[in-house]
Amino acid sequence: MLRLHYNLEKISMGLVGAIIVAASIGGLVEIAPLFTIDEVVEVPDDLRPATPLELAGREIFIREGCYACHSQMIRSLADEIDRYGPYSLAGESAYDHPMLWGSKRTGPDLARLGGKYSDRWHVEHLIDPRAVVPASIMPAYPWLTEPLDTGLLGDELATLARLGVPYDEAAIAAAEADARAQSNPDSDGADGVRERYGEDIAVRAFDGDPSNLTEMDAVVAYLQSLGTLTKAPYKVLAEGKQ
Amino acid sequence: MTERTNPRKLPGADPHAGNRKVDPVTGYDTTGHDWGGITELNTPFPRFVIWILAATFLYSVVAWVLLPAWPVGRDYTRGLLGLDQGVEAVAGFRALSAERRGWLDRFATGDFAALQSDTALLEQATPAAQRLFADNCAACHGTSGQGGPGFPVLSDTYWLWSGDPEEIALTIRDGINANDNSRIAEMPRFDWMEQSEREALAGYVAALPSGTADGSGPEADLFAENCAACHGDGGEGGLGVGAPSLTDASTIYGQDAKTVLQTLTYGRIGVMPAWGGRLSAAEVNLLAVYVAGLSSHDGEAAK
Repeated sequence: MLRLHYNLEKISMGLVGAIIVAASIGGLVEIAPLFTIDEVVEVPDDLRPATPLELAGREIFIREGCYACHSQMIRSLADEIDRYGPYSLAGESAYDHPMLWGSKRTGPDLARLGGKYSDRWHVEHLIDPRAVVPASIMPAYPWLTEPLDTGLLGDELATLARLGVPYDEAAIAAAEADARAQSNPDSDGADGVRERYGEDIAVRAFDGDPSNLTEMDAVVAYLQSLGTLTKAPYKVLAEGKQ
Repeated sequence: MTERTNPRKLPGADPHAGNRKVDPVTGYDTTGHDWGGITELNTPFPRFVIWILAATFLYSVVAWVLLPAWPVGRDYTRGLLGLDQGVEAVAGFRALSAERRGWLDRFATGDFAALQSDTALLEQATPAAQRLFADNCAACHGTSGQGGPGFPVLSDTYWLWSGDPEEIALTIRDGINANDNSRIAEMPRFDWMEQSEREALAGYVAALPSGTADGSGPEADLFAENCAACHGDGGEGGLGVGAPSLTDASTIYGQDAKTVLQTLTYGRIGVMPAWGGRLSAAEVNLLAVYVAGLSSHDGEAAK
């Protein structure tokens, strides 16, 4: 076999052909399953799309590079389940474009973070992580107290709708208003948010101030939604996989 | 050191190459190129690496047969062992849980008096309690329960609701201001009050712990009218309603006049998330015993 390689190196086109063959095996194994992904990945029945405010928070999560240190995928290993909760299912991310599974954990996994800490903790922790966790090495994000730019939310929902996320015309038209209403529980639009996205959507002043819609509202709303969009992983853990 | 060997017999050497250029020092082939007298060694690849490569290739063939490997249409080859990582993980998790069941299940009873006096059981359970605390509680309450501004101290002997493990377990399970089952506690805002009155009241409250508050002034009347219903006539607090004592040395947000003024103006609604969905009843009870123990340790140290 070494001889074959030795000789192949002298025939440049032969070497090119062999490289293509070798690389396409790896490519096929990774790419071929994507052709049937719609049929193979089961989207949980109760999976809800993110609200506009959560979506805005997700964009900030991406902008600030949070995914570089925090994964959002609990691996199917016993001790991961023990620490974080039920392992992540592919279907959980069906509405995520792009998905933010990640693989590097400088900080802890965030896939089941929603509801684990209070809004106030998140706000203080994002402004100055050392204020609440003295040993933390997470950078501070004090600029998240700036007002949130909601101008592109309607377009973003429309784009995601084209990719198959179930946002209807009404949701797209109300995107900006819903983002404002979700952080202001006493506003007129709060009921509309619940109507469109479900009764148990968290509608509250995430940053503690209902009068201003800030990036902090969006990020905290997003973080509090992680792992709460479907109950499917908990069912898998309780019933076991067939 | 330059004992000449026959380069054609060296590992990796090409015995058939005709126009070979051999380096006289190492005996290895050179690449054949000559840059003004400088040539480059064509050192043969170490044999053991080649063998390792061959071995890994062989293993991959074995693995393809035994383990899930190739995508086939809408399915994949499942392998002779029929392993599935999801099944393995759930089984492993259940095995982990079963290992703990022997002692953890005893916490499910909720007979706290018996649990707290069972030193052998506590010794066995404490490492698990410490891990549960670190993973779930420490982010807000600190790694040893020392708390912080806005997050109550757990290691002292002052309690908002009760230091009784039964009550602590309820707080852990359902939280405070977290959902419909939670304990509810809200410090309302007094922004309707005149600024001057709020400032006077703040000064009065700030002076309560030291006992220097003037009980005969108008601010004492303000306190009696607005604060005493929850915090008690003397500001001693109420465990039943989660209203903090204003006379002890323990504070949540701070009891200097400036912080109190802020509390009066904007109100406070502290949230403790509910853990009933994340932790089993036994784990909640274990944590309750552990948290109750944090303060008694502190008490012992203080003696």
